Amino acid sequence: MDNLDKLENQSIFILREAFAKFENLAMLWSIGKDSSVLLWLARKAFLGHVPFPVVHIDTSYKIPEMIEFRDRMAREWNLNLVVGQNRGALEKGETFPLGRKTRVECCTLLKKDALQATLEAKGYTGVFVGIRRDEEGTRAKERYFSPRDKNFEWDFKDQPPEFWDQFTTDFEKGTHIRIHPLLHWTELNIWEYIHREKIPVVDLYFSREGRRYRSLGCAPCTGSIESAASSVPEIIEELRATRVSERSTRAQDAESEGAFEQLRAQGYM
Amino acid sequence: MPELLQTEAPLRIVIVGHVDHGKSTFVGRLLNDTHSLPEGKVEAIAASCKRRGVDFEWAFLMDALQSERDQNITIDTSQIWFRTPRRPYVIIDAPGHKEFLKNMVTGAASADAALLLIAANEGVQEQSRRHGTLLSLLGIRQVAVLVNKMDLVGFDQKVFDSIEKEYRAFLERLKVRPLAFIPMSARQGSNVAAPSPELAWHRGGTVVEALDGFQAPAAPTELALRFPVQDVYRFDHRRILAGRVESGSLKVGDTLVFHPGGKSSRVASIERWAAPPAQEARAGESVGITLAEQIFVERGHVAAHAGDPMISSHQVHARLFWLGKKPLEPGRRYKLKLATQEAEVELKEIRGVLDSSTLETLPGRPAKVERNEVAELVFSSRRTLVMDNYDLHEATGRFVLVDGGQACGGGIVFGEAYLDEEKAGSTPTEIYFSESAVTEAERRALKGHKGCVVWFTGLSGSGKSTIAKALERELIQRGVHATLLDGDNLRFGLNRDLGFSAQDRRENIRRTAEVARLFADSGAVVLTALISPFREDRAAARQVAMDGGREFLEVFVDTPLETCEKRDPKQLYAKARRGEITEFTGISSPYEPPERPDLALRAESQTLQDCVTAVMDLVLARIRTKG
Repeated sequence: MDNLDKLENQSIFILREAFAKFENLAMLWSIGKDSSVLLWLARKAFLGHVPFPVVHIDTSYKIPEMIEFRDRMAREWNLNLVVGQNRGALEKGETFPLGRKTRVECCTLLKKDALQATLEAKGYTGVFVGIRRDEEGTRAKERYFSPRDKNFEWDFKDQPPEFWDQFTTDFEKGTHIRIHPLLHWTELNIWEYIHREKIPVVDLYFSREGRRYRSLGCAPCTGSIESAASSVPEIIEELRATRVSERSTRAQDAESEGAFEQLRAQGYM
Repeated sequence: MPELLQTEAPLRIVIVGHVDHGKSTFVGRLLNDTHSLPEGKVEAIAASCKRRGVDFEWAFLMDALQSERDQNITIDTSQIWFRTPRRPYVIIDAPGHKEFLKNMVTGAASADAALLLIAANEGVQEQSRRHGTLLSLLGIRQVAVLVNKMDLVGFDQKVFDSIEKEYRAFLERLKVRPLAFIPMSARQGSNVAAPSPELAWHRGGTVVEALDGFQAPAAPTELALRFPVQDVYRFDHRRILAGRVESGSLKVGDTLVFHPGGKSSRVASIERWAAPPAQEARAGESVGITLAEQIFVERGHVAAHAGDPMISSHQVHARLFWLGKKPLEPGRRYKLKLATQEAEVELKEIRGVLDSSTLETLPGRPAKVERNEVAELVFSSRRTLVMDNYDLHEATGRFVLVDGGQACGGGIVFGEAYLDEEKAGSTPTEIYFSESAVTEAERRALKGHKGCVVWFTGLSGSGKSTIAKALERELIQRGVHATLLDGDNLRFGLNRDLGFSAQDRRENIRRTAEVARLFADSGAVVLTALISPFREDRAAARQVAMDGGREFLEVFVDTPLETCEKRDPKQLYAKARRGEITEFTGISSPYEPPERPDLALRAESQTLQDCVTAVMDLVLARIRTKG
């Protein structure tokens, strides 16, 4: 059994544990490479099916190719797609940079608040999220099964222990548990797996005119990197050589020291 | 993809030790000396230190969170990747502070090997010992001990030797044999990746050499099969058992035995999606299987091969570490999770409590297990659990105890205890009944009477159901909570799998008696109307009620066979006479009348009202509450 097999088997195990324990489950799909791999793993776990809704939090600032890709895959993979959006904030124009909100405030309104409202409206008690420990410091602190309280908050200082593949599956009414089946994967593992399994990803990841996206988010806050990698194997080669962190192009993280930590403690993905 | 070799799986390392013995500094140094840091990381931290007006510390590398820098303690498990020329590693930083032991356990439980740090200037401390104990319980077999801060003791070999001697002796008691003991200084980078002249007296190599000497973990494919069922899917009109092969392997065509229960079936297919077809699934693989013979299987069952028994018991003998805020104590209920099984358990016996830092057994007979203690215990479960001796099968030999929704303890199963019971010739079948939190007196106060069982017996057509129904109505009208369990009705649900052989009749009665007793426990007056032809079975039903402290009134509806046959309301006697029904009581199967019933009714000569009144008088006298 090689490394990708091990990663895959562990993720399938986690997906199935969650499916066995939660009645009202959903999977967050950001259209990015990680959550697309997560969807693929769900189909592995449930033998070709995705037996729960797939939720996309649409800030309306996503790069247009992402939305096209989303709608195409939803049709091809027969997904039950739920789109969540903070229409109130968008109508009032409370966004960055036009609405004089900071990047972090904009993320809070359009992503975190929209997510919270969607989860509450649908009553999901378990939510799959495709985050990985190697992305950045606060995600490294995560558990596979991570409880969120009534205010959506994550108390990373007082998390239940998690060991021997026994997970926190009890929760109080009004709270939910985030489930992170990709927690043990790295960015490189993700691309190697995409290559092996031939998983479709948005074209934005591939170099056009010398630039490509390494991490995808909203158009105003996500930058591209200089890169000639125009295929999955070329991306893998590039990542093996790089010593620059993956989220370096995500401007909201850099707005202040601890900005991303704050966002996550409040309930960001 | 030959041109693109896969990234190798990293070896997972946990670093533990007493608070302030230099774990974070060591990790920072290790990352730097193995050239594993992202570009600009050291510079960024140096700049941050300058802004704060503090000296640069290697430890800041690990302190990814703002609050950690404020508190100066690493508070949770983080993971950091690095590599040596030999292979990649991931470090699970485990906090040393006592408050955060649950995080240490979270990190350490998933490690392949451990580095245990001891500061040379402080020597072996409480947490050094506690962590050693936990590592052994968590099943971490590969350990190297690093004696850090040698610079603070002038690189003195005597200091190192004395720490090594003391700590080796401690670990020996846990049967943990470290692969290396290394004197080093994280701050100065001595013996981390490169040897140092001050430590030339030590011939045991550097930390990196020790790391490269650890073995990568291998899935236990050579052991006997254990396949815990995670779920049963009904996709595409097929019934698929989902699960991970924890040890051994299974092949299409193999006969699997599902524990508990021992039902067996053959593997018809191995199911995976977007993967090449497979005839075999090996340890570590998450698969689905379909069965050739459809048997009842659900989450929690564990499949093994025939002739390879598992421990199947209501009792769990275990050694356990406890992390709960509240002590672990008898009389409270906990949820036990073992493989995919979940059961409510109670602590039945504390055989001994160890202080995990001294390994001393606490004196006397402790009444509870406090946080951070290790204990030898016996739990009892309401349902049968299947498990293995931890030494033989890890995945089915260990469990997590949940209290208030959170994992609070981890235990490993002591198989020897079961072997002893087997040798003694007794199968472990003790069932423990949990005490209800509501008292008998409270229930009586609520209803105004006690619960009891009124057991009607008599031939088919004797009038049992008619009398019982009328009695039920009368009792309800008097405010008595009465409920009727009619034998015919029970055969539609609870007992629908049973026929009329002597064996099935016995089971029919046993189940009915158990249900009656449960209703009676809740304060109801339970009326049962079953033929119940055999004395022995009725005696057993009485025993069930008596064991629960419930009154059991046997009411014999004594109607002669001729009368019953003449009435024949369901035309059953006619069918029995024609041979269409076999084993029919009174015709082709005997009825044993009670020798000393609590009440006998001559339904032939008494009116229905007389019969009902007679039983009513008896019942009311027995259920009246005093005071």
